[in-house]
Parts: sequence; structure tokens; C-alpha cells
Amino acid sequence: MTVASPHLLWTPPRFRARTGPTEEPRWVRILLTAIVLAVLAVLLLAPLAAVLAEALGQGWRVALASLGEHDARAAIRLTLTVAAIAVPLNAVFGIAAAWLITKYHWRGKALLLTLIDLPFSVSPVVAGLCVVLLFGAHSALGGWLVAHGFPVVFAVPGIVLATMFITFPFVARELVPLMTEQGKAEEEAALTLGASGWRMFLTVTLPKIRWALLYGVLLSNARAMGEFGAVAVVSGKIRGQTATMPIMIEMLYNEYLSVAAFSMAALLAMLALVTLGLKTALEWRHADQLAATARH
Amino acid sequence: MHIEIDGIAKTFGRTVALHPVSLSIPSGALVALLGPSGSGKTTLLRILGGLEEATQGRVLFDGVDTTGMRVQDRRAGFVFQHYALFRHMTVFENIAYGLRARPRAIRPPQAEIARRVNRLLDLIQLPGIGGRYPSQLSGGQRQRVALARALAIEPRMLLLDEPFGALDAKVRRELRQGLRHIHDSTGLTTVFVTHDQDEAMELADLVVVMSMGRIEQVGKPAEIRARPRTAFVQEFLTA
Repeated sequence: MTVASPHLLWTPPRFRARTGPTEEPRWVRILLTAIVLAVLAVLLLAPLAAVLAEALGQGWRVALASLGEHDARAAIRLTLTVAAIAVPLNAVFGIAAAWLITKYHWRGKALLLTLIDLPFSVSPVVAGLCVVLLFGAHSALGGWLVAHGFPVVFAVPGIVLATMFITFPFVARELVPLMTEQGKAEEEAALTLGASGWRMFLTVTLPKIRWALLYGVLLSNARAMGEFGAVAVVSGKIRGQTATMPIMIEMLYNEYLSVAAFSMAALLAMLALVTLGLKTALEWRHADQLAATARH
Repeated sequence: MHIEIDGIAKTFGRTVALHPVSLSIPSGALVALLGPSGSGKTTLLRILGGLEEATQGRVLFDGVDTTGMRVQDRRAGFVFQHYALFRHMTVFENIAYGLRARPRAIRPPQAEIARRVNRLLDLIQLPGIGGRYPSQLSGGQRQRVALARALAIEPRMLLLDEPFGALDAKVRRELRQGLRHIHDSTGLTTVFVTHDQDEAMELADLVVVMSMGRIEQVGKPAEIRARPRTAFVQEFLTA
């Protein structure tokens, strides 16, 4: 074997690249980071800080006192009650819908998928109006319900219905792609091993979907507490009775009671942050199980 | 257990997966359902396990008609193509699943469950991996755990869907011996689905060659090799 003459040896050009071959140059990374941080600051952090600042403008005692007023307490109670009813029901319906869509083949599956998305595309105000039309005192059904002492519109049941309509997609939307990907082999295996359908669901399906389920529930909880448009139409905005937190905030703001309005707003934002914090804490505590299954 | 397949057919919508097929599987046999994809072999296996319902015909277990019998009551140990191990449970819990799922009256006590799981881990030659999760195992180990899980329910038969399909050649050969060994030591009637003729010929007592939802030929490996009955079998074996 002969030694190749020096000019035939290919020498790589000397790039100044300090980054790996698949990484972007440094300035691109810095620029991207700066853009994301700027958007975060302007769109998310600044409003939150402004709300807090406005609420605490006259000291935290004043802010707390405004939340302690009778109507304010009623609004907080109502919002929590509505969420406590609507969210679990939607979790159950969401699981049932996702199950139907992912585990069986049947006609009309595409229609159900479209229907689930309907609340995302229909304006909440329209959704509220539909509830009023269906259950209002002037409709046959509504008249009958009122005559039997169970008014829906301008009462808690109407608010719950409107909230459920708005938050219906969250759980199902989280579960459908996950359950499609997971298939049904593990469920079939459980059945061949003698498990009943219910046992199979509790011990195999539920543990596989629990993180997506939790995420869907938290999202729908945040939305249920914050829903304004649909609830505004069906509630009648009766102070102390059918005014939820978002509606109360609007009323207080329109009356130039800005400390009260922003205190309520800060509390509402806090409730949402607590649910997010809860999710993070749970993920952190169960990191080993998440590694064994799949992180959301 | 003797399995008698009597005129079983299956259609999915307008697609015919199985034309009426009949087959007698003697008790304790190790049978291969051999054929290309779409030949209906997996559908037939799933009908035996109760995971699909036949459109017509019936299956007899030891002379008893199983039409309408629930999956849970068949006591068919089923090994799935991609094993379908419960990913959120340890190997121990996977194998114990069938025992824990039993009605209280016939559920073994905790200590007995542990004893049986450990015995099965010994049988598949993986003692000491009970605490691991399926994602921490190799393909061959997962397949053996799936086999142990199916055996834990003290099944009346073993049904395996492409049990070696997802494994490399060396592991395949080892596991074939493993399956043969488990079959011989338990004496269970065993049916496995494969598209690999070497696997079928080497492992099975009886080979059932299938194509397009029909049974082309049934016989001992040597018979089929010596006298292919149809043009399809001839061609499939030389391919």
C-alpha cells in the first residue's frame, strides 16, 4: 500500500462552530429565549401582577374585607359549588365518550367526535341562550319544571348546565388521542385473565389514563370557575344568589368598586394557580410511575 | 383439553375473515396456525379465546359448546402479539393479576399468590425480576413474563399470537425451546399463530396451513413438507 501524497488527503475546513452539529447557533437560541420570555412577561405575568397590585392597592385588610362581604361570599360559594357538580359529571361523561370512540367501531363515531368539539366552536353566549330557550319559563319543558318547583334558568341548575356545556370537551379531548395510541390489548389481556369489565377498567384502564384524566379535569375545572359568557345569560345575575365570581367581578367593576373587583379577580386567578400547582406537585411525587407509563 | 372447531366463520362488515373452517385439536397437542397475514389465523385464535364472536359455527371444549361463553370463563391463557403487559404494574403484579382477579371464594391467600408467582418466575428462568416494570425488560424477557402471566390462571389451554414475532433470530430460537419445554412439562393444549414456516415446522406437532380465510392443509410437519396438498401450500413452503 502506498502512502497518499499530501495534496490528496482531504482536510476538513475549520469551522468556528462551538455548538454541536444539530444545534442552532448561539444567537438564535438567545433570540428565541428572549422572545418567549418577553411574550410570557407581557401576556401572562404583567396582567397577573397588575391584578394583584390593584387588589392590594389599599392594603390587604381592605382586600380581604371586600371578599368577606355577604354577596362576595355567596359568589365564591356558588362558583365552587358549580365546579364541584359540573367537573365530576364531565369527567364521567368524558371517559364514557372517549371509551366509545376508542374501543369500538360503529357508525356515527365521527359525528360524536364533532359534537364533542361543538362547545369549542360555538360562542358561550349562544350556548347560554340555548339553555334559556330550552328551559326558560316560556318553553314547555321550562314551564313544567317551574310549576313543579324546579326552576332551571336564573337558578343554579341552569348555571351548572351552561358550565357543563362549555367544559364538556376538555376531558374527552385529552383522553381520545391517548386511548387511541394505547389500544385495547391490555384491556383484552385483563379479560382473558378473568377480570370483570369493571375490574379491568379500575385496574388497567384508569391507571393508564390517570394523568391525562387529571390534566383534563384540571383544565375543565379552571374553565368551569372562570366561565363568563354562558353563565351571564342563564344566571340573570341576581346578586347574592346566581352571581358567580366572574359575574360578580364584572358587576363590581362596573360600579367602580375596583378594590373589591380586583380582589375577587385575584382570588379567581389564585384558584386556577392552585390547581396547576397541584398538578405539578402530583407529577413530581409520582415521577417513578410516570416514567413507567407516559408523562403528559 | 380437546378443542373441536365446527364450521366457524367470521365476517367483519362485508369483509370475510374466515370461511367456515373445521378442525379438531387433540388434547395436549402443540399446534401451529401457519399462514401469511390476512389468512384468518389470528381471527381463529381470537375466536378460541373468546375475544371475537364467530358469525356462525361453534367451538367445543371437551365436547361442551362454548358459544356465548364469556372470555373470563374460558380459562384460556392468551399471549398477545406485543405481550400487552400492564405497563403500570411490576412483573410480580402482572403475573399475580389473574389470581387477584378471582372471586373472593376461590382467591388464593397473599402468601400462596407470592409462592405461585415466584414458581412461575423460576419456570421462565427469570427469578428475581419481580420488582421490575415491563419497560425495564428486553423483548425476550417480556415475552416470557407474558407467558408466565397466562400460565398463572391455571389455564385449560394456551393461545399465543405471533409469540416470537417481535424478536431477533437468536432470541427466537431460545424461546422456541422454552415454549416446547413449558408445553411438555404442563401438557397444555397449545395453539400458536405464526407466519414463519420454520418456526411452525420445528415446534409444532400439528401444522394448520391457512390462506385467505380457509384451511389449506392440516398435518404433521413432515407430512406437509413431503406432500403439499395444494398449489398454495407448495408455493408457501418454497418461498
